[in-house]
Formats: sequence, C-alpha cells, structure tokens
Amino acid sequence: MAGLHFDYGSKQALRDVSFDIQSGTFCALLGPNGAGKSTLVSLLTRLLVAPTGKISVAGHDLRHTPRAALGELGVVFQQPTLDLSLTVRQNLSYFAALHGMDRAGLPKRIDATLDRLGMVERADEKVRALNGGHRRRMELARSLLHEPKVLLLDEPTVGLDAAARSAITAHVHELAADGLCVLWATHLTDEVRDTDHLLVLDQGQILADGQTGDIRGDQPLSDWFLSQTGGPA
Amino acid sequence: MSGWWGVLRAIAGRELLRFVHQRERFFAALVRPLVWLLVFAAGFRAALGLSIIPPYQTYITYETYIVPGLCAMVLLFNGMQSSLSLVYDREMGSMRLLLTSPFPRWWLLFCRLLGSTAISILQVYTFLAVAALFGITMPGIGYITVLPALVVGGLMLGALGLVLSNFVKQLENFAGVMNFVIFPMFFLSSALYPLWKMSESSELLHDICAANPFTHVVELIRFALYLQWNLSALSWVVAYTVVLCAIASWGYDPARGMTKRKG
Repeated sequence: MAGLHFDYGSKQALRDVSFDIQSGTFCALLGPNGAGKSTLVSLLTRLLVAPTGKISVAGHDLRHTPRAALGELGVVFQQPTLDLSLTVRQNLSYFAALHGMDRAGLPKRIDATLDRLGMVERADEKVRALNGGHRRRMELARSLLHEPKVLLLDEPTVGLDAAARSAITAHVHELAADGLCVLWATHLTDEVRDTDHLLVLDQGQILADGQTGDIRGDQPLSDWFLSQTGGPA
Repeated sequence: MSGWWGVLRAIAGRELLRFVHQRERFFAALVRPLVWLLVFAAGFRAALGLSIIPPYQTYITYETYIVPGLCAMVLLFNGMQSSLSLVYDREMGSMRLLLTSPFPRWWLLFCRLLGSTAISILQVYTFLAVAALFGITMPGIGYITVLPALVVGGLMLGALGLVLSNFVKQLENFAGVMNFVIFPMFFLSSALYPLWKMSESSELLHDICAANPFTHVVELIRFALYLQWNLSALSWVVAYTVVLCAIASWGYDPARGMTKRKG
C-alpha cells in the first residue's frame, strides 16, 4: 500500500498511508476507535476506492486487476456477514460460488477447512444455532476456503469471550507461521505479540511501523500505545 | 464461464431460499392483488364502464381489465421488496460479502436482479392461477406469451429497486418509498383505468400516466396476454431498464457512487 489518501466529504479519513507486509507475517494494525482502520479495510477489499495511492494484494494491483487481487484475499469483517437461516455448509458453498470455485471436490474442501478449525461436526447445523465463538470460527474458515495468500481480519474478536478470543488469535498466528500474510486490525493490545509486525494508525496516519518488541521498548504495549494516541487502548 | 454461471446460480438460489423461508411474504404477495381483484374490482365493475379498446376485441368485465395491472403490481411490489432486502443486507453486513467477490459488480447485481425477477414471475403465475380458479381467465396461449413481457417488466422494476436501494440509506426510510414510489406509480398508470378515462378528467393526468414507466409495463403485459406485442411499450420498458441498470451500476461503483459514505 503506498501513498493512500481518503476523505469522507470534508472529513479526512486517511493521510498518506503506506506500508508493506511480507508473506508469513502476522501484522497487527493497532489503532483507537475512529483511527481509520475500517476505512483501510474497506479500501483493501474494494468496497471503497481511493482517488490516489496504490494497493497491491499478493502482487496484483487492486485498481487495475481487481479480480486477481480480490481472489487472493480472505476477509473476516468486523460485522458478521453470515446468513443465519442457512447451514454452515450452505454459507460456505455460497461463498465458494461467489469466488468462482469449482463445485467438483467442494464438499471435501469445505470439510477439510472446517476440520482445521474443529468445526467439521457442525457443518450441517444452521448458523443461527451456533454461539458467537463458533460463528467467528466459521467466518474464519470461510475466509480460508479459497486458499488466499493474504488474510484480512477487521476486529475479529469483538464480542467474544476470553477463551474464544485467545483461541482465534492463536490460530491466526499459526496461519501466519505457515506462510500466510495476515493483517489483523484491532484496538486490543493484548492480541499483539512482540514478534508481530506492528502498524499503529491514529487519526488517519501511520504513527509506527516495525516489530512490536522494538517499538514498545521497555514499556508494556498498552502504556506505549496510550502515550502515543492519548486514549485508552 | 462456469464460474460466472456458478455466481448466478448461487445468488439466484439464495434469493429463492430466502423467499421460501419467508412464507408470509409469499402470502402477502398473493393476497394483495387478490383483494384488488375480488373485492375492489367487484365493487367497481358497475361504476366503471369500459369500451372496446385494443387488445380486447369485445366488451370485457372490469376484473378482466385489471388483471394485467395486478400482474404488474406483483412485479412492482417484488422489485421494492428486493430493494428492501438489499438495504437490509447492507445494514446486516452480508452485502459486504457479495461486493467483495472477485467478479465484476455489475454481474453480481445483475444476478441479484435475475433472481428477484424469477421470484416475481413465480408469484405472478400463482396469482393468475388463483384468478383462473375464480373464473377470471385469459386466452390459453396468453399464459405462455406473457412470459417474456413479465421477464422484461420484472427486470425493469427490479432495476428500479436496485436504484432505490442506493438512495434509501436505512430500513426505517422505506415507508417513504411506499408513499413516493409505489402508490404514485400504481395509481398514475393504466393498471386500474384506461388512459382515455383519465383524459376525460384531466389531460395533464393523462399525460403523466402515459409517461409513467409502470404504464408501459402494464400495457406490455396486457397485450402479451392477448398474444400481441405492444412494440411501443416494449421499447419504453427496455429503454427504462437499460437506463435504470446503468444508474444502479453507477450507484454501486466503489469509486463514484452512493456507497461512498462512512459506515
């Protein structure tokens, strides 16, 4: 991402945002509420298009080759995007069709993806019957179904209990260790590890870009974050 | 190509499933025109005298006259229902999933439009079947020749729904759509009374009715039910469909359209 600006009318949302994330990296995009994280996610998923700047996903320019770029991107939105009246499998099949995936072998692929998240036995249950943690896991499974190279998660642990938060955070760290490029937008410092790549966004600008341990120094991350953004982490 | 077809099948299939899950929607869609046909028309048949006008070749009952208008009403309400569910999807978040598909946005919206049109047509045929049970029938082949007219009319009114879904920001604002779109379109048309009747009261009202896109849908269906193509109505309906699809496509364009708003 390079030189990105975005405004909502007269309100400036993002100012000259540039960063680069390598594959096999867990990158935490940390920012207080209203920092511009959701705008950044909307731009990365092409729900919005910035007038200036460049976004590349796995080497594909989002402006000029959106189909290739979006095909490499898995997304978990902050707001749930599941059809509650459909089963887990039906939701995943719908997503697979939206991504142009071949129907041959799809049931096996869905089972394998759900299995990785310990959800395979819930495949034929209606999503309405799942608790919050399982719904989130299902959305994570769905975002991985087409085997993307980049995984984007916008505050994915909002509304989850401590155990579910910890499990999802740990699982996504494992995915990054397996080679996936992960961008994890959050305002919760306890989800970020010292070895993670850290981007701090505040008032539409990147305040820090580097390894978390180097950035926070001797201070706990929450204290450092508070001192930089002037608000609670 | 199979990917494109798969997207159509998935989006249209989801619309159909959603419709099946909402049985009350099906009954509402069926009861509404039947009330008009069996209650309103029964009361008005004595008050309104109809002369012989094309495509009819003899005197017809008022019930027979308003059937095409009621078919179009089903399409209109379903187009608005589709618009409502688009706004709902946007508020609930599932629109994001659709719009982040790698396929072009115009295709995603067109698939949605096709799905909603298919449901509209299903409802129209159910209405025609119930009307036939009450003895209000059309020429036998007319039930087949009306299909293309229903497809074109359904696409036009569905495209209108797509456009409106861009302008209606919240579900609560949907009552305004009822007041300012559905009712004027329906009453300022040839659905309930022939245009020459309207000109007897006011030339201005007649001209407004004649320009109303919904009138063209009604007339297209009316002629098709009697095995005739009203080319003027067809041309207008196709033209309106193209324009509305273009506006909807612009509205959903991430770089320019109405979706560029915070939230």
